[in-house]
Amino acid sequence: MTTTLTINGERKTLDAPDDMPLLWALRDILGMTGTKFGCGIAQCGACTVHIEGKPVRSCVLPVSAVRDRAITTIEGIGDTPAGAKVQKAWLDLEVIQCGYCQSGQIMSAAALLVATPNPDDSDIDAAMAGNICRCGTYVRIRDAIKRAASERQS
Amino acid sequence: MTIPQKISSGISRRGLLAGGVSSGFLLAFHMPIRSAKAQATDAAADFAPNAFIRIDGTGKTTLIMPQVEMGQGIYTAVAMILAEELDADFGQVVLEHAPPNEKLYGNPIFVIQATGGSTSVRAFWKPLRVAGASARAMLVQAAARQWQVDAASCSAAGGQVVHAASGRKLGYGEVAEAAGRETAPKDVPLKDPKDFTLIGKPLKRFDTPDKVNGKTKYGIDTMLPGMGFATLAQCPVFGGRVGKVDDGAAKKIPGVRQIVVLDDLVAVVGDHMWAAKQGLEALEVTWDEGANAKINSKEIWEHLRANSEKPGVIAKSVGDIAQGLAAGERFDASYEMPLLAHATMEPLNCTVHVKPDSCEIWTGTQIMARVQSEAAKAAGLPVEKVTVNQHMIGGGFGRRLEPDMVVTAVRIAQKVNGPVKVVWTREEDIQHDVYRPVYRDNISATLSDGKVVGFKYKISGAAIIARWLPPAFQKGIDIDAVDSAVDQPYDFPHFQVEYVRVEPPVVPTGFWRGVGPNNNVFAIESFMDELARKAGKDPVAFRRAMLGKNPRMQAVLDLVATKSGWGAALPPRVGRGVSIQPTFDTSIATVVEAEVDSQGEVKLRRVTIGVDCGIIVNPDTIVAQLEGGMVFGLTAALYGEVTVAKGRVEQSNFHDYRMLRINQMPKIEVHLVKSGEAPGGIGETGTIGGPPALRNAIYAATGVALRRMPVDRSLIAEKKA
Repeated sequence: MTTTLTINGERKTLDAPDDMPLLWALRDILGMTGTKFGCGIAQCGACTVHIEGKPVRSCVLPVSAVRDRAITTIEGIGDTPAGAKVQKAWLDLEVIQCGYCQSGQIMSAAALLVATPNPDDSDIDAAMAGNICRCGTYVRIRDAIKRAASERQS
Repeated sequence: MTIPQKISSGISRRGLLAGGVSSGFLLAFHMPIRSAKAQATDAAADFAPNAFIRIDGTGKTTLIMPQVEMGQGIYTAVAMILAEELDADFGQVVLEHAPPNEKLYGNPIFVIQATGGSTSVRAFWKPLRVAGASARAMLVQAAARQWQVDAASCSAAGGQVVHAASGRKLGYGEVAEAAGRETAPKDVPLKDPKDFTLIGKPLKRFDTPDKVNGKTKYGIDTMLPGMGFATLAQCPVFGGRVGKVDDGAAKKIPGVRQIVVLDDLVAVVGDHMWAAKQGLEALEVTWDEGANAKINSKEIWEHLRANSEKPGVIAKSVGDIAQGLAAGERFDASYEMPLLAHATMEPLNCTVHVKPDSCEIWTGTQIMARVQSEAAKAAGLPVEKVTVNQHMIGGGFGRRLEPDMVVTAVRIAQKVNGPVKVVWTREEDIQHDVYRPVYRDNISATLSDGKVVGFKYKISGAAIIARWLPPAFQKGIDIDAVDSAVDQPYDFPHFQVEYVRVEPPVVPTGFWRGVGPNNNVFAIESFMDELARKAGKDPVAFRRAMLGKNPRMQAVLDLVATKSGWGAALPPRVGRGVSIQPTFDTSIATVVEAEVDSQGEVKLRRVTIGVDCGIIVNPDTIVAQLEGGMVFGLTAALYGEVTVAKGRVEQSNFHDYRMLRINQMPKIEVHLVKSGEAPGGIGETGTIGGPPALRNAIYAATGVALRRMPVDRSLIAEKKA
């Protein structure tokens, strides 16, 4: 059925079944492939997007639940102050290896910085433990979040 | 068709080199690209002296990447090596994937076109330097001819030829066409490493700017007009076939377009992955499971253990092992490694468009040319009718050294009208992997005066090389399975390595990050710790005394001992463990500090690594690979085990095939040793040192000598009094 979603500030109309997870609506119908499929059961965080600024796993979130709510994806996160700082810190510290999980990592990190502008290690653990990185970039993710947080204040 | 993918984040090579960010400069990746032939036609006036470099009239310098990028940073390293000797303007180079072409881009170590085995820099170091230097010499010669001066009086830097005496300069673009008429020099001189301007610097990566904003296109992101989205189920029992299929319910799912039934798999094609997934769940399949349905992990281990008692083929012999084992006090131990899945973050996928007379493929693979030939076989087409579009890879780790995901996609696509993207669910990915083999290692050693006299090491396990690269399987020895056994670093007076080929029943096995060396180093370094304890020696001192012929290894061991605070007091049930490894021509020492709680849960506290990998191309990449490899190895040590019941894999997704997460990872310190030796491999090395160092830390913390991976919590929980 026809659904209207607000993604990165733009209204998009698409034909998607109510129970279709947002992940597939984004990727396969709208062609927004920056959000990644990793597990399909909310275990890896590769599909993380923001709903009203909060990080959610789009692989288990039906489109019917997100109508009339603001959706932000990796394609739009750079337009937010926190997202831009995170992206810059990620490049400054060269966090990324294969990069496949990093859309989700960046979305989780950007949401963390909005909720907790000066996260300590336990805040980072709590916010980021849902995001698996098989390349093992965790050490740099932690440093980059701290770098991004310090830049927010400057 | 060339799809230039441009970075619009405003971050340029030049800006990154200068340490800042400038705008307006675009770095282009041309991908996917088609074939060498297609390149040549639109590049008649370009200077293309070899397969790796192309310079056009504007000076645009395109570097062609013989090895694939899967996160290891090889594009940046290859570009640095080429640009170093070419004296290109590094801020302006453009990278391009190589097409499948074994002759031009075959890995000099494997011969075939493959990215794996921590070989890229080792294999291409010399050829790339020669390619760069040779092109530079031709450009200089062309400029000198134009100026009517001696080429020896000219120099080159930053993409320009300079005649210092007259102050004249010509950009590479201005002499490109003329350079094409020059003859490539023989025995071109290479730079003295002290003159390197790029190599050795922590330069920023080419591939990462598009990975922070979702722009990078992995194979799974392929989108084509009219494309169908498919997902598949192979028989859950290895080797089983499709029996009966009832597709009544599946066909009723909205968006399902087509059900494809082959003899060993079923696939559902839909308007999107959601329809395909739901359709597959609704499909009622009765499998013909076959005889393999009787196989369990128990049989796999019994088969391996029984065969490991057979005499092996001798892979290396030093001194007289019989004499060595007769001297001093003798100790024996056996170590075992489990089956492991790869679980690359990008699930397996391949997009295929089969037409009557051609086949086009979009995927990310570590073996471009083999994928092309296997696809041609599956499609019944000549190789030249198959086009492979290479993409950035969302994790390889050896899984994408196999062509099976391409072959199954081609077979499905043959039944589909138009292009179809086949994406494996995570469950299918875990349950139909090509697994890291089970290994069993039987070791015997003798000690006299606190030193090893005889050391006999027998490895039993699958011969991956025999299947994957048959010409390299000689005299019954799998060179990968014994790699870091024959190269072990200690001065054992009497030393022997044996290999018994044991293929596990039913389960397909293949490469996995650090595969053979993982097993070798785990067994040797675990046993060395046990021997140190028998000898009443400190584990570092015990090892160090037997490294007299290996100063590089001794140096990294000393370095890591100092940096890790080796010997300083620790709280109860906290231990430090050390491991050293000679893997892939790189010397590494690792110390892991870990705590074991009363329940046997392990908390990682600190990781320290010392590495001497010879000349370093990009130090930041070396550090990143060791950090990441360490997480990969420790994940396996703490959680990794695939088990088989009734012929099928029991694990299915990240809830039961667990990964280390950020909250479990402590700081990892990597200390690099400056060296002028030839570059060693690095991509797999971090994975190898973690498990034995952790195992030895647990040994120090609890006194329990673990002899198999993964860590068994029940063995190290505090014993109730």
